[in-house]
Order: sequence, then C-alpha cells, then structure tokens
Amino acid sequence: MANPAALSLREHFRTPEQQRETSSIGMWIFIITEVMLFSGLFMAFTVYRSMYPQAFIEGSAEMSIALGATNTIVLICSSFTMALSVYSAATGNRRMLAIFLIATMILGAAFLGIKFTEYYQHYRDHQAPGVWFDWRGRDAAQVEMFFVFYFIMTGLHAVHMFVGEGLLFTMLLRTAAGSFSARYHTPVELVGLYWHFVDIVWVFLFAIFYIEGLHLHHG
Amino acid sequence: MIPAVEVAAERNYLNEETGVLSWLFTTDHKRIGLLYVASISVFFFLGGLFALLIRLQLLTPNGLLFDSETYNKLFTMHGIIMVWFFLIPSIPNTLGNFLIPMMLGAKDVAFPKLNLLSWYVFNLGALVTLYSIFRGGVDTGWTFYTPFSTTFSTTYVIAAAAGIFIAGFSSIMTGLNFIATVHRMRAPGMTWFRLPMFIWSHYATSLILVLATPILAVTLLLVAVERIFQVGIFDPALGGDPVLFQHMFWFYSHPAVYIMILPAMAVVSELVPAFSRKPLFGYEFVAFASISIAAIGFLVWGHHMFTAGTSPYAAEVFSFLSYLVAVPSAIKVFNWTATMYKGSISWDTPMLYAIGFIGLFAIGGVTGLFLAALGIDVHVQDTYFVVGHFHFIMVGGTVLAYLGGMHYWWPKISGKMYPEGLARLSALVAFIGFILTFFPQYILGYLGMPRRYAVYPPEFQVWHVLSSAGASILGIGYILPFCYLLWSWHYGKPAPPNPWKSTGLEWKTSSPPPKHNFEETPVVTTGPYQFGEMKEELDLG
Ligand SMILES: [Cu+2]
Repeated sequence: MANPAALSLREHFRTPEQQRETSSIGMWIFIITEVMLFSGLFMAFTVYRSMYPQAFIEGSAEMSIALGATNTIVLICSSFTMALSVYSAATGNRRMLAIFLIATMILGAAFLGIKFTEYYQHYRDHQAPGVWFDWRGRDAAQVEMFFVFYFIMTGLHAVHMFVGEGLLFTMLLRTAAGSFSARYHTPVELVGLYWHFVDIVWVFLFAIFYIEGLHLHHG
Repeated sequence: MIPAVEVAAERNYLNEETGVLSWLFTTDHKRIGLLYVASISVFFFLGGLFALLIRLQLLTPNGLLFDSETYNKLFTMHGIIMVWFFLIPSIPNTLGNFLIPMMLGAKDVAFPKLNLLSWYVFNLGALVTLYSIFRGGVDTGWTFYTPFSTTFSTTYVIAAAAGIFIAGFSSIMTGLNFIATVHRMRAPGMTWFRLPMFIWSHYATSLILVLATPILAVTLLLVAVERIFQVGIFDPALGGDPVLFQHMFWFYSHPAVYIMILPAMAVVSELVPAFSRKPLFGYEFVAFASISIAAIGFLVWGHHMFTAGTSPYAAEVFSFLSYLVAVPSAIKVFNWTATMYKGSISWDTPMLYAIGFIGLFAIGGVTGLFLAALGIDVHVQDTYFVVGHFHFIMVGGTVLAYLGGMHYWWPKISGKMYPEGLARLSALVAFIGFILTFFPQYILGYLGMPRRYAVYPPEFQVWHVLSSAGASILGIGYILPFCYLLWSWHYGKPAPPNPWKSTGLEWKTSSPPPKHNFEETPVVTTGPYQFGEMKEELDLG
C-alpha cells in the first residue's frame, strides 16, 4: 500500500514535515496580507464614521438586524463544522470529513443566500449607492457613503466566501478521491484556517454595520 | 563539506529542457527569474522611452514637442511603468528569484507554482496598464491623487489602476514565497546568522511586499469605485476626504521605496565584501538595519503630506520618524565603507557599480533628510528637488545595484563571461550620465522649478539642457550592457563555477547550475564571507 504522505511530497522538499510546515507558514502569511487588506477598509470606514457619526448611524439603522444576526449564527456554526472537518481529517475518518465539508458548504451557501437577499432589499429600497440611491432624510451624501462602505466591505467578504466555497468543493473532491489520511491532510487544515479567518472578518463587519444603529431601528 | 563542482556540468537548468513551452511552464526559480528579466527589460525600455520624450520636451522653455496635456500623460506613464513594472520587481523578482534558493542551499522556492503564477499575473497587470496607454494614456501622475483621478481626469484611469492592482497580487505572491522560503527551505546548518546579507535584505523587502501591497490594492479599489459609481469616498464635493487618499496611498508608497532600495542594498552587501576580499563589517548591524528599515519605513508616510494640511504635531512626529529611518540606512553605508577599509579592492565592473551606488545613495539619502525637515520641505515640496532626490535613490540606487548584480551573477546565470573592459566603460558612462541628468535637478528645484510642468521660465534652460544631455549619456550606459550581455550569452567565454573567488553557496555549484541547483543538498558549517579562510584553499588549489 502506497503511503499518501510520501506520494504527495514534492521534489524540492526534503521531508513531509518540511512540506507541511512550509504550506502552513505560507497560509499564515497569506492571512496576514488579508488582514491588511480588510484593515485598510476598516480604517477608511472608521475615519468617515468619526467625521459623520449621525449619518453613519442613520445608515446602520437601515440594516436588517434579524438577517444579519442569523447570518452571524450561520457562519459561527460553519466554523464549528469546519473545525469538525479538520478533526475528522486528522483522525482519518473520511466519511465524517466528507459530511462535515458538505455541512460547511451548505452553511456557507445559506450565508450567501441571506446576504444577497439583503442586497436585493437595499437595492429595492433605493439604498444601493450610485444612480440607484435615493435618500429622503438628511445627509444623503454621507448616508450614501455608509452604504458605499457597506457594499464594498461585505461584498469583498462575500467574494472571500465564494472562494471558500470553491476551496471546500475541491477538498470534497480530493476526499472522495482518497487523497487525505491521518498522516496527510494539510490542505484541509489550510482551508480550515482560511474559513475561520473569513468568519472572523464577518463578526467585525456585523459589529460595525449592523449594531451601531440598533437603537434607532426603523423596523 | 560542500561538494565543489570542478567543471561546468554538461546538463544545466538551461539545456535540461528546451523549447518555448519548457520556459512558459517552468517552475524552476532560475528560469522564472529570467522570464522576469525579459519582462522588466521591455518595461524598462518603454519607461525609458517616455523619459526620453520628457527630456526632449524640456530642452526649450516653451516645450519642444508636446502640449501640456500630452506632457502630463508622458510623465504619468513614465512613472507608472518605471515604479510598478520595473523598479518594484527589478531586483527581487530577477536576481532574488534566481539566487535566494541557491544561497539557502535549497532546490527551489517554497511554492514554485505560485512563483510561475506571479509572473503571469505580473504580465497580465502590465498588459492591462499598457492597454490604457495605447488607448491614449493616463494623466494623473503615478500618484493618482484624488479628486482629479476620480472626478476630473478624462483619461483611462481605471485601466491603469486595474493593471497596478493586478500586478500587486504578483508582488504579494513573491513576498509570501520568499518569506516561506527563508523560514523553511534553508539547508542543514544554514542558521539565521549564517545567511548572506542578500537574504536578510530580501526578507525585509518581502515583509513590506506582503504588508503594504494590500493597502495599495484597497486604495486603488476605492478610487475605481468612486470613479465608476461617482459616489463620495475621496471627493470633497461628495463628502470625501482627499487627504485620506494621500494617507492610504503613501502608507503603501513610502514603504514601496524600501521595496526598491532594500534589494539594492542586498546586492551591494554581497558585492562589497566580494571585491574587498573581506567579511562584511558588522554583520548583525547590517542584518538588523534591514529589518528596522522595513519596520520604521511603515511609520513615515506622513512626510509626503507636510504641505497638505495635516496637523503640525503629526508633521513633527513624521519628520522625526523620517530622520530615524535614516539611521539604519546610514549604518549600512558606514559598514560598507568599513568593509572596504584596508581590503584588497579590485575594480571589476560589479564593484564599480557598487561604489557608484554607495556614493549616489548617500547623496540621495541626505537630500531625503532635507525633505524630511519641515521648514525646508515647504520650500522644495513639489519641485525638481524632490524629483532629483527620488531619482538618486531609485535610479542611482536601485538601477545601479541591479546592473552591478547582473554583472556579478551573470557568469552564474548564463555560464558566460561578459566583456570586462567594455563593461567597466559602460559603468563609467552610466555614472557620468546619471550625475549629469539628476544633479542639475536639485539645483532647478532649489531655484524653484516646480515638477510636472511642460514649460518653464527661460532662466532655467541651462539646467534642463544639462539634464537632457545627461539623460542621453545615461541611455547609452543602459543600452551598452543590454547589448553586450546578450552578445555574451552566445559568444562570451565560458564561465568557471566561481569566477570571482567568492564565498556563498551559489558559487559552489556549476555555472550555469544544474536544474536543482546542487548535486547534493549542501551542509553549511560556517557563516558567509569567509574570505580569509578561503584564500588558503585557493592558494593550495
Ligand atoms: Cu516617503
């Protein structure tokens, strides 16, 4: 019986441990660049939030707290199933690995479904920035800016979710092909890291976009 | 012991596989380095062409060739191409790619496929930016200042920015790859303090690449969104803050200067010991200087906005920090000089470039301190003084080091020697051309000539003519090495494995190296630059 760890050792590495550690450090560096990417946007948001606090709270009051909170719970659950996927991979349980990968994908899809429902509602209510935007209250330009950041930041997050779904699907195919074992399952671990990172970003997005205007809620 | 290869092996990375496809699908870091050389050479000469047109225009006070609109496009495209498609990738992606795994005693970088992908992504970005140029160009300046770039410019801003955005991913891939490589791919015995300074400096560069480039990406993304949807982000008429754009842009673009200069320092830190036959003076200081340049370099961006209405207290802090970042740079200059002191210096071409680098970098660095001083900056902000300063760093620094490194490692890369006499002459030509081009720009700036103008008062003409004359000499200094290096690729004398009698693992294998760099993984037992001990070995041999 061929040893999968040996089979997957690429020729420029000396040992499987070296390969695993290299992949892992690569993923961590990637996550650091992602943190920088989002933090640039968080910083810009914070600057304008402090310049136009009233308008940003008005904008935040237009968020659907029910859908946002549901999505937060959905993503936290998906982080849990992702952790179980990694655990199943590490214990060599391929059946459970496949099941938990599928569960994570379903939760991710549910998140995206809810997210796009919200986008549609904002569009319907003339809250999408640009030519679609129509705000009857005060500070229309500043409220629009809130929505600009809302769409850019949650949109960028959604793009990461789509990428995550693709990665999960690849992991599922490789699981079905029998590529993973208790000794070799680095890709599952790395996808897990990525997925958790994307989930954590959402928690911050939820805080800045949904919770701020809670006390002014219009409906 | 490290296995020494006596004669050039028959099979090497160049002839192991042949054909165009073997290059386009290669994952060999050495070949990818050469692919980058090809790409950036094209962009260098394209950017140089724009420089030539700029210098022609400025021969006469009323402008020789173009109207102001065209001139705006010329300096913008010169800047964009030179910064993002030549200088940023110049040394790391060519020499860095080629040498980092070899210096570590590794077979390849950590992620070879990602390395190849970065080349494709880089070229894709370049093509998108070139599209904007062929459709009529961009006129915002390479800095894309808002609200001009988002609201008023009628040129192809989005395509140009999109190309830079895409090329940014290639920067991130390269930085990520290098960091992982340095951490995980070192040969047995290659401890951190046995790393050649080339590695330390590239490690510091890579930190900046992965930390700063994402900020450029979001900044350009926001510019594109504002421009496409006409929503307020940076445009003050729509409630935005244009100075926030400047903060975000320079948060990337100041560290980007160190992306350009740290690899140049990496090269010079190898050349100076090799041609002085002495260990690098103060190894640990130079190593930590690289890291502290990268770290402090993130905290100085505000010096680009002293006259943009930022608070005077912030300006004082940024001014102080800008002085602080000069300290590790100065440490390096002193240590290179101390390395040469009482060394047996040989005046081969790479050393000529290295010495040119040290001199020009020192001038460029000190004039940077003028600019970091709050009072003087008000006088010279947005003048040719600034243009002179950053060209001393980027052209006098990075380009000279790139050429010096290319000559030094050319025998390893190509397996051939270049014509030494011609090379020394062309190094001299480049140096003289450089001084003549850019020194007058300091004077122009100090006299009050603002940058980015197509016309100027007649009393400035003599300095502009000097600068243009220098530029044509400098051009010859660039075309010459390009020609004779290409010539030597076919007709040069075969190079021995170690033509410079250098230390470093890359010299312990054949020229050109085999596909996986070493016949066996080397085991490292000493630090770099052991020139004293090597001498005996050579005398015996
Ligand atoms: Cu700066």
